[in-house]
Amino acid sequence: MTVEVPEELRYTKDHEWLRREGDEGVIGITAYAADELGDIVFVELPGVGKRLEKSASFGVIESVKTASDLYAPVAGEVVAVNDALTGSPELVNSDPYRDGWMLRVRMDDPAATEALLDADAYRAQIAGG
Amino acid sequence: MTETLERPAAAQAAEAEAADIVARALAHLPDRVTPEGTLGPRRAVGAMLQYTLAELSRAGRGGDKIPHPPKDALDGIPMSQRRAEPPALPELNEPEVIRHFVNLSHLNYSVDGGFYPLGSCTMKYNPKINEWAARLPGFAALHPLAPDAASQGTLELLFELQEMLAEISGMDAVTLQPAAGAHGELTGILLIRAYHLSRGDTERQEVIVPDSSHGTNPATASMAGFRTVTVPSAPDGGVDLDALRAALGPKTAAVMLTNPSTLGLFERRIHELLDAVHDAGALAYMDGANMNAVLGKFRPGSAGFDVMHFNLHKTFSTPHGGGGPGAGPVAVRKHLAPFLPSPMIVRDDDGSYRLEREAERPASIGRVRAYQGSAGVLVRAYTYIRAHGGSGLVEVSEDAVLAANYLRKRVGEAYELPYDGPCKHEFVATARPLRDATGIRTLDVAKRLIDYGYHPPTIYFPLIVDECLLIEPTETESLETLDAFADALLAIADEARHSPELIHAAPVTAPVRRLDEATAARKPELHWRPMTGAETPCPS
Amino acid sequence: MPYGPHTTDDRALMLAALGIDSVAVLFEDIPASVRANGLDLPPPEPELLLSHRLERLAARNQVGLAGFLGAGVYRHFIPAAVDQVVSRGEFYTAYTPYQPEVSQGTLQTIFEYQSLLAELTGLPVVSASHYDGAAATAEAALMTIRATGRDRVLVSRAVHRHYVDTTRTYLSGGRHRLEELPTNPDGTTDLGALERALSEGEPVAGVMLGQPNAFGVLEEMAEAARLTHGAGARFVAIVEPVSLAVLATPGEYGADIAAGEGQPLGISPQYGGPYLGVLATTQELIRQIPGRLVGRTLDLEGRRAYVMTLRAREQDIRRDKAASNICTNQALCALAATTYLAVIGPHGLRDVAAGGAAAARRLEKALAAAGAPRLHSAPYLNEFCVRVPDARRVHGELLDRGVLAGLALARWYPDDPELSDALLVCATEVTTHEEIERFATALGEVLA
Repeated sequence: MTVEVPEELRYTKDHEWLRREGDEGVIGITAYAADELGDIVFVELPGVGKRLEKSASFGVIESVKTASDLYAPVAGEVVAVNDALTGSPELVNSDPYRDGWMLRVRMDDPAATEALLDADAYRAQIAGG
Repeated sequence: MTETLERPAAAQAAEAEAADIVARALAHLPDRVTPEGTLGPRRAVGAMLQYTLAELSRAGRGGDKIPHPPKDALDGIPMSQRRAEPPALPELNEPEVIRHFVNLSHLNYSVDGGFYPLGSCTMKYNPKINEWAARLPGFAALHPLAPDAASQGTLELLFELQEMLAEISGMDAVTLQPAAGAHGELTGILLIRAYHLSRGDTERQEVIVPDSSHGTNPATASMAGFRTVTVPSAPDGGVDLDALRAALGPKTAAVMLTNPSTLGLFERRIHELLDAVHDAGALAYMDGANMNAVLGKFRPGSAGFDVMHFNLHKTFSTPHGGGGPGAGPVAVRKHLAPFLPSPMIVRDDDGSYRLEREAERPASIGRVRAYQGSAGVLVRAYTYIRAHGGSGLVEVSEDAVLAANYLRKRVGEAYELPYDGPCKHEFVATARPLRDATGIRTLDVAKRLIDYGYHPPTIYFPLIVDECLLIEPTETESLETLDAFADALLAIADEARHSPELIHAAPVTAPVRRLDEATAARKPELHWRPMTGAETPCPS
Repeated sequence: MPYGPHTTDDRALMLAALGIDSVAVLFEDIPASVRANGLDLPPPEPELLLSHRLERLAARNQVGLAGFLGAGVYRHFIPAAVDQVVSRGEFYTAYTPYQPEVSQGTLQTIFEYQSLLAELTGLPVVSASHYDGAAATAEAALMTIRATGRDRVLVSRAVHRHYVDTTRTYLSGGRHRLEELPTNPDGTTDLGALERALSEGEPVAGVMLGQPNAFGVLEEMAEAARLTHGAGARFVAIVEPVSLAVLATPGEYGADIAAGEGQPLGISPQYGGPYLGVLATTQELIRQIPGRLVGRTLDLEGRRAYVMTLRAREQDIRRDKAASNICTNQALCALAATTYLAVIGPHGLRDVAAGGAAAARRLEKALAAAGAPRLHSAPYLNEFCVRVPDARRVHGELLDRGVLAGLALARWYPDDPELSDALLVCATEVTTHEEIERFATALGEVLA
């Protein structure tokens, strides 16, 4: 099975992706994670203004059969939330890297994104199970 | 109506193919699928199985079950306290109501209708005398706050049941209050909490559970304010003793073990496990979900457990009722007895029975529910234990274990058995090799079993076995039924190799096909009004 | 063994297939040091003798008394159809509908129960999973804590004592606090004290009042809800479902959660259970409500069908992060309630509520004439308190005269001198003129 792992993004071992846009980062979960979860039915996200701590849980994603915590790839403050997921959580399945984005965060230390996995490293991780 | 009946040829072809698969899936079933004849509920015809009560309602129907009160009956209630509109309850006459529920009942699979090998749930036969007994007016009409003098029959029965469960558990005292197994767990863990606190031991904030445990165990620990620590299982299916020892410490309040485990295996290292728990100053909780395997063979209290719960709806044949009500009495050893929920049932020196008064158990954790227990369920369990006696209960476990081992051997002809035998009253098998070879998953096997006339086993639990089937035959299923069920599983494995599309289509004989669970969860519709909207008949 | 199918030959065949000669071999994995050798219990009893034993025990209970005892559990007429429906093996010998394709009967029943209770409570989200009124109340308190992130819950002292005690037990595990609100002389909760409690000290998660309350009187629920919401807390109404045929609904007065005991809807008293915890809430709190929920959906051929939904909140999936450890759905009790409501209908349910109110007013007059006037002045529906000197003694002497004179409130409020002289009595549609007369006459004799 080949799943999409865009070259320009950074990843965590917990299957979140981050797209750096200046001092801000956009966060979602990978196509691989969305496939593993199956039909996603609910995404619980923090409100604008909330603090994220790196590697701490910031929300929950539920599918028909399971639920998982979401972990912050970086520390920072939430500046925007994808409200479309409230009514259409299936966007995470259908378009995980674009319409299925979750949070936009003002990062405490944008340089810290360099420490995240790159596309090759993430591909290697999911290939290794 | 301008809609055209013409559809794209591709869609028509796909539909025709789907219909053909269903026809072949039906044709491939044996003529007589079980010794009892064709099982299972009737199939659907049309767009739905059954109207709702609201859809059946017609203004002006029904009523007249009780006399009409005087017109001024509610004059004492201020208008500001009244509801603005009468509730939109359906208006139906009795024959319609009966037909509605009888037709709904035909859509259910049940133990009375067929084999229900749901692992971890002990779906044994529910004796009819239990039902008769619970409905005796002397039991059924008794108010829970009736004075002790007016309640001697029920009190005597409950007192005896406390004593009998103490004997079965090897414990010193029993509370009958908890209303379900999970409720018993909460009670038991709160007892443990009270015990540690009473000794000034305030740092014990963790509860350890194995990774094979029921989900209720960690959920209970959280509810009682503890942090859950999960320890892995060893390759033989037992708790990994080294991992448990590493996890134990001065923060451990309790270890919750299911024994026999959810894999259907007895914990062979039970001595070492219990010693390790107690050496750390923690207490040992036993989830008694699987007592049906070890009645008279293993008494948890005598072996060193401090507290356990029973599931009366499993071991002692009280009906599962579509999910409830159950009952989850908790048995404890002496050191936990002072903390039991009040009131207990006591016998005075003159031979009369009464509810304990609050002052008699000052260290009690308090109430876990209103009143003193689900006596209606407890009467049924008492009846079952009396019917069997001590010797009969031992036979129950022997036959349950024998049946499980026999079925395990038969199922092993086509499915992988990840753990060595013998098993106790249930066993796990895995469809992993089948999936790898054919793409057919456990869920598909389960759905195809429905077509063969059986309720599927528990699937995907315990979580530690990939593509898991947890199968529990119980002692009340005949050899013919066990063989027929095994034959069905073998036939499905064969279908998986030769015509997997038949299994993907399953179930085809159930009232409905597979459901769209994703939409149900994304846009929950939990009552009938939004569905029928304005045309819902509202009573005037 | 009375229900086992295995013949000697069957057992021999199974043993042979396993290559062993005795079932004892299958228990050798139990270490010898902990292996038990049977049970010291009475011998098996044939059904004939057992049925006699059970009849004897049942006959030792006195259930023919003139009964005025309610206090959370009410004697109502149960139409014969209810027991016929719940006695169907297809319902009572099924389990949790994990396989929806073969469980549509149970699933549609729960869906209809949810719908009916939504109509009664005025709240759209209903769970059929709760053991009884006390457990539902405790879960409601925990919901307010989760919804607000606060730890302090206020409960009126005029809430059923067992519900308060149970809630305290449920809350004892965390760092949560349960505080009681005082009552006014008229029997209602002191809303001035509520207002002060909301404005002082730690922020409040939830406020819980009964309607009718434990003294039988009607509270000013709308005002209590308004005060509660003003402090950012959630309001819990503890309700009795039959009364909702006539009383304002929790939805109307702005409750966030309704909890209560479903026993009056076609379930026998049974000395304490099994009962049915009613728990309902708003759309907003849908993910905070613990227990099973059934939703409507379609099968792959487009047929309407039902399925357990929002499952990911539950213990078997979320384990230690679940909203509750609840695993039960109280389906058979919910089936009884659904059948009861279907048979009795909207007008019938109103008649049940109004019939109880009418009988209670007759009872009030008769007892006052016999020397036991009403204790409180606020409006009531079908249950109220009367003042009787030395109520516990009087209660005992009335029992000797065949009258179950309600509940001596000293049992519930031992430290309250005002209530040491109080009996909580109720009437329902089944209460007869003769019973009321018997009570009044006996009371007159005892007080003479």
